[in-house]
Amino acid sequence: MTIWMIIRNSLRHHALSTGVTAVSIGLGCGLLMSVWVVNFQTQRAFKNVTGGFDSILGPRGSQLQLVLNSLFHMDSSPGLVKAFDYRLFREKYKRFYNRAVPIAVGDNLKGYRIVGTTLELFEVEHSPGQKYELAAGEKFIQNETQWNKEAVIGHTVAVQLGLGINDTFQPYHGLNFTEGQIPHKDIYSVTGILKPSGTPADRVIWIPIEGLQQMDGHDPRFAGDVSAVLIQMSDNTTARAFGMNSLDSIYNKGTDHLTFVKSNEDVVARLFAQFAWAESVLRWVAYLVAVVAAAGVLASIYNTMNERRREFAILRALGARRSTIFSVIVLESATIAALGVLIGFGVYAIILLAAEGTLRNEIGVSLHPMEPHKVMLIVPVVMVAFGALVGIIPAAKAYGTDVAKNLTPQI
Amino acid sequence: MPLLKIQQLIKRYTAPGGEAHTVLDVPEFTLDAGQQVALRGSSGTGKTTFLNCIAGILRADQGDIELAGQNIAVASEGQRDQLRAQHIGYIFQTFNLLQGYTCLENVLLGMSFYGQANIQAAAAILKRVGLSDRMDYRPSELSVGQQQRVAVARALANRPQLVLADEPTGNLDPQNSWEALQLIREVCKENQAALLLVSHDQAVLDQFEDSLDLAELNQAAREVAK
Repeated sequence: MTIWMIIRNSLRHHALSTGVTAVSIGLGCGLLMSVWVVNFQTQRAFKNVTGGFDSILGPRGSQLQLVLNSLFHMDSSPGLVKAFDYRLFREKYKRFYNRAVPIAVGDNLKGYRIVGTTLELFEVEHSPGQKYELAAGEKFIQNETQWNKEAVIGHTVAVQLGLGINDTFQPYHGLNFTEGQIPHKDIYSVTGILKPSGTPADRVIWIPIEGLQQMDGHDPRFAGDVSAVLIQMSDNTTARAFGMNSLDSIYNKGTDHLTFVKSNEDVVARLFAQFAWAESVLRWVAYLVAVVAAAGVLASIYNTMNERRREFAILRALGARRSTIFSVIVLESATIAALGVLIGFGVYAIILLAAEGTLRNEIGVSLHPMEPHKVMLIVPVVMVAFGALVGIIPAAKAYGTDVAKNLTPQI
Repeated sequence: MPLLKIQQLIKRYTAPGGEAHTVLDVPEFTLDAGQQVALRGSSGTGKTTFLNCIAGILRADQGDIELAGQNIAVASEGQRDQLRAQHIGYIFQTFNLLQGYTCLENVLLGMSFYGQANIQAAAAILKRVGLSDRMDYRPSELSVGQQQRVAVARALANRPQLVLADEPTGNLDPQNSWEALQLIREVCKENQAALLLVSHDQAVLDQFEDSLDLAELNQAAREVAK
């Protein structure tokens, strides 16, 4: 109790320097945790955004562009897969896959992509054990004989555009919305709204693929073409590996007009690998901030040592041991670091919530700010230990205080 | 057996030039439990050094200082800290109150390095010295006389066997001086604590039955005087 009384008193007495130091530690600590967790969760979220599909077949071009366009609903479309190629794939390589779901893009509603597809998309588990579920309404009508101008919209689309069941809209041509643009004549009605999935699908308006292919104003010559084919490979491990390798050889080496993405996850991993330097720079900046903050603790406490010599001498005269004085300073330093860590959690929460909001709104990927991660234990513990460690220097000075000499007020 | 027994106590200081000066040379001094003794100590007689040696703040170069059966002169620093916390209350001329702490906290700190700090006991001793309504005040918010009373309360809070008082009335006006002295003596008596007080004020010394001249007790001071 005594030690804490002395520490509390000192912190209160030096409230400004304590506050500034704690805030700087908080920034370092919060940055470190955020960089780590955002990087970890973003990578995980992006790698998980496969929509339940292993591979993609698309027009010849960049595999990354194909993945971004087909799964993340970002970037421009690399082109079209001709109807002939699509049918050939479906029929000839049926043994390699469980599902092959076509998608077609090219229109938007106020910037939100309209993606034509088949109802089979909703039967796939986009994440382990999770399918796209309806929060309200029902799926669009689409079968061998009929399709309707109906749409199932993602949660974000419904919230941001204020669309509800039975509301109608006219699609705009292109992937990006331009103010003043004249819409297609086709009128679609919303039949279903999806529950939030924490995936880019939350930002998508799904319509029957025929609707997009035959949209007013689209060239009828390309009506059977698709933008990409999302492929769920066979469950059989051998068939799966064989299929992936075979399709890789057939399309990537044997043709010049189609691209086969063997593993969506690998493409995303390669994307992150390209930005590893940025993450590394951020991490080193955070390390630097943390070290500077710890040095701040040292400077903050060390600078008070002269004015506190009399206090230590009085405490020693009252019977405090040298080790008690030493402990007070080390614990005081650790306490400032601990206060900084508390602020750090606040900084972490702000950064994570901001990152979460941005990623959710821009890409549809969800982060989980409250999800525990080992770094949220390691960084605080290391920071407090570091605080205690730098406290040893002023503590050693306090330890050596000459009692008799410092009991007399210095004039 | 006396509470405090000093024999052949010698304390030297090394001057900046490296020359050693003996400032304290006390062949013998005793103080019984509950006894109250005043030492006349004018400037240069080594009064603060003498009290600091007894308190274990300074280590004697030679001799024995036995307090409650333990020889402070040969004790380690840690043992001296513990003896001081357990057996000694120290009242300083400048009070040496901790400015950032309230009266109650100052007293609690006086109790806390031996045993447990007890808020009720601290409050009781503050009440005894007439500061029950000033417990949450900081020293700077008190008059000089009130600060002295806090110092007295802190020195006695742990019920020490020996109270050392170094010019305790040196900073007080005559009225406060008289009141402070009465308080110190009364509270020491109530707590059955021995009191060793040094002062150069004759009015203070006159109030003690046992009064000695430190200049006579300290042979080193006598040498300087010659």
